[in-house]
Amino acid sequence: MTTDLPDQADVIITGAGPAGLAAAATLADLGVGQVVVLDRESEAGGVPRHCSHSPYGLREFRRLMNGPRYAKALVRRAISAGVAIHTGVNVTRLLPGPTLEVTSNAGPATLSARAVLLATGARETTRAERFIGGTKPQGVMSTGALQLILETGQKPFRRPVVLGTELVAFSAILSCRLAGIRPVAMVEPNGRVTARWPTALFPRMLGIPLTTNTSVSHVEGGEHVTGIHLSNGEKLQADGLIVTGRFQPDTPLLADSTIQRDPGTGGPEIDQYGRCTLAGYFAAGNLLRAVETAGWSWSEGRAIAHAIHAYLAGNLPPEMGERITLLGPILAHVPQRIAPALASRSFLGLSALQLRVGQPVDGTLSLLAEGKTVTSKHLRTGPERRILLPLPRYGTQPNVQLRVKGEP
Amino acid sequence: MPTTHPTDGAFDIAIIGAGVVGCALARAFAMDGARVVVLEKAHDILDGASKGNSAILHTGFDAPEGTLEAELIAAGHAEYLAIHDRLNLPLLKSGALVIAWTEEEEAALPSLMDQARANGVDDVEALDGAALRALEPGLGPQARAAFRVPREYLIDPWAAPLAYLTQAVRHGATVLRTCEVTNGHFTGTTWDLETSHGPVQANGVINAAGLYGDKVDQMLLGRSDFSIKPRKGQFVVYDKPAFDLASHILLPVPTKVTKGIVVCRTIWGNLLVGPTAEEQDSRNDASLDPSILEALKKRGEDILPALKDHNVTALYAGLRPATEEKRYRINKHPEQVITVGGIRSTGLSAALGIAQHVRALWDTRWKVPKPVWPRVPNIAETAPRDWQNPGHGGVICHCEMVTQREILAALNGPLPARSLAGLKRRTRVTMGRCQGYYCAGALAELTKDRLTQPMTQAEDRNPLPMTHDD
Repeated sequence: MTTDLPDQADVIITGAGPAGLAAAATLADLGVGQVVVLDRESEAGGVPRHCSHSPYGLREFRRLMNGPRYAKALVRRAISAGVAIHTGVNVTRLLPGPTLEVTSNAGPATLSARAVLLATGARETTRAERFIGGTKPQGVMSTGALQLILETGQKPFRRPVVLGTELVAFSAILSCRLAGIRPVAMVEPNGRVTARWPTALFPRMLGIPLTTNTSVSHVEGGEHVTGIHLSNGEKLQADGLIVTGRFQPDTPLLADSTIQRDPGTGGPEIDQYGRCTLAGYFAAGNLLRAVETAGWSWSEGRAIAHAIHAYLAGNLPPEMGERITLLGPILAHVPQRIAPALASRSFLGLSALQLRVGQPVDGTLSLLAEGKTVTSKHLRTGPERRILLPLPRYGTQPNVQLRVKGEP
Repeated sequence: MPTTHPTDGAFDIAIIGAGVVGCALARAFAMDGARVVVLEKAHDILDGASKGNSAILHTGFDAPEGTLEAELIAAGHAEYLAIHDRLNLPLLKSGALVIAWTEEEEAALPSLMDQARANGVDDVEALDGAALRALEPGLGPQARAAFRVPREYLIDPWAAPLAYLTQAVRHGATVLRTCEVTNGHFTGTTWDLETSHGPVQANGVINAAGLYGDKVDQMLLGRSDFSIKPRKGQFVVYDKPAFDLASHILLPVPTKVTKGIVVCRTIWGNLLVGPTAEEQDSRNDASLDPSILEALKKRGEDILPALKDHNVTALYAGLRPATEEKRYRINKHPEQVITVGGIRSTGLSAALGIAQHVRALWDTRWKVPKPVWPRVPNIAETAPRDWQNPGHGGVICHCEMVTQREILAALNGPLPARSLAGLKRRTRVTMGRCQGYYCAGALAELTKDRLTQPMTQAEDRNPLPMTHDD
């Protein structure tokens, strides 16, 4: 499907995952003429394609589906709406215009559009990024890499250790079980399991010992893993290590462009309409803030698609508006800016401010504008949990405060 | 690899070890008409000391004056410059700065410049603080003064030896991998080597076994003039945006033991900080130590403060084949063996010079064939890349932009990759920021049944008990 790449389109979407495909279908439904989705993989659908087990599709299709079926449904939905999907296309540069430089088997090409939606998703943090010590044998990998290898019918190991307890770690365990791989243990550096109950009961049900307050100190082995050493001094006999979670937006294209990145999320800085700091560029999905569910990314894709539709009609306020300032132990927030709301279409774009904290907190979360509290709520949560506040529809000098209990 | 033994059953030269030195030796002898066999015990070439280094082509400006090492680094540097274009090898003309961070170090600069000139590196130039900052505005505030060594360059530490060995193969050399030499007998005129691939006969043997150089001497000769004292060097590699933080190789004022912590670009568009210098007994345990790597990272941030906002892409460690003395241990033995030992940390720079030197130590003259110049893929970030041309079959490694066509080429050809590590060294696959998150499946598929060390395992290697040790 790569030989017929158009030179131009109304909207080009990079990334055929839940956010990108939902946005594409929505834009086509809204009557936008030429909507083109590019994906560098050989098949469209994004990460759910590789998750053969999790519950997908309830929000989107009112049916319980597995990942691959869900991905296919998203693709079918977009195509039937009139979207053109091109796989095997790597975007190599984001230029003003918006103009994209790409390469495919047909060679390099340049594409222009009236608007571009970036929906390139997120990836897990690597062993190197976590500074895990020891030797570098084969058999140490992310959940993503594991699932891709299992899809080829091959097995990288038989008895791995699973590091981390986010939802994706349980996805890794399920994938292992389906392939006949038996994880020997699950270890979590924090004091408790990151994923919500009842997922946390799952390893116990499968007889996989779970140790909290423990991390992997070093990997042992020459060509292959022969042991995993833990921070508590214990050595596990294992032949692999699955380094799970701690997702981060995959942003090499941003680094090479003039699009501003937010240090908190690692993704692009956006306003509530999903607009980036380079004219005509928008962003949605896990590129904004790793990591959310497929369903969430799908909703976000739809919301931003409505904003792009308004932008194409000249109906968005010209400025991105003010940056939201933060007070308290908040790691990241999306959006980072609030443009003046549109009187006539006050619910366009993202309706809520998404926040993340780095450690367990108990306190009060407030949103202020012009020094006055707009909304406030009690918050008791931990890392990697979804925290939402309604976005203000009026006012300037937006400020989010998280006051931890017992601290002034 | 099909073995094509010479018809009379003997090679002229057997080279033990396919590190950078072994590859350069194979090239020198094969191009001079010798029938060469290279015996490498690992799955692929460059699996020992040559696996992890800082990828600098040194001038030898700071080598001990008048030594063989100084001479051979200079000769190696000169030959690399003469041949790199014909082999399609990259050269990043970065130049180096030797930077003084304290008053004491500043006082040492003039004598280091004298040493450089004595080593024939007469183009060094002194820089005061202002001139230094003009060249490298990103340096930390403690940088006081420096001198510039214009001809210290960056190269591809894996493509270069691959090119040397490919050229040797094109001149008839035989390369046997997963081939460990287990014993040897000198008949008085020839060597009968026992290997894991069966007997190999050769008139002479060159021991280029790197970290096992003393062991191989012991095995063949019953003696060794030196013992290997492995010295580990750990490195931190930063993601591509850090490439722009410094253009020169940033060197500290060296101490007696080590050249010290270097910050420099890589040919692949990254920035690296390292190496440490840690003596150890193990010859194969290149373990990463997180606390030392954190300290290394901090040192990097002192040198270039902006590094603290950059992401780490990879960590690695290499083992240098140092000996009890700070000099090369190149010896010709009466049993028709030449030992090339103790090449320490300058093997990449000196390899071609070492090969010239060792070739000259060998008296035999063969019929010199017409030279053949194979071109290896240039995968430097600044070179034109395969993805920029049509028909590449799709990009497989998205971080390093490695195409299917490049991967298939590396799995075929005269010296095909035999392990994922070997494929990575030939193509850059999985070397990028995601470290295989996106491409592991495609690579498992493309390499299936092609590697002697496969990415995946067919059977349970050691059935393990389900309980764990305390």
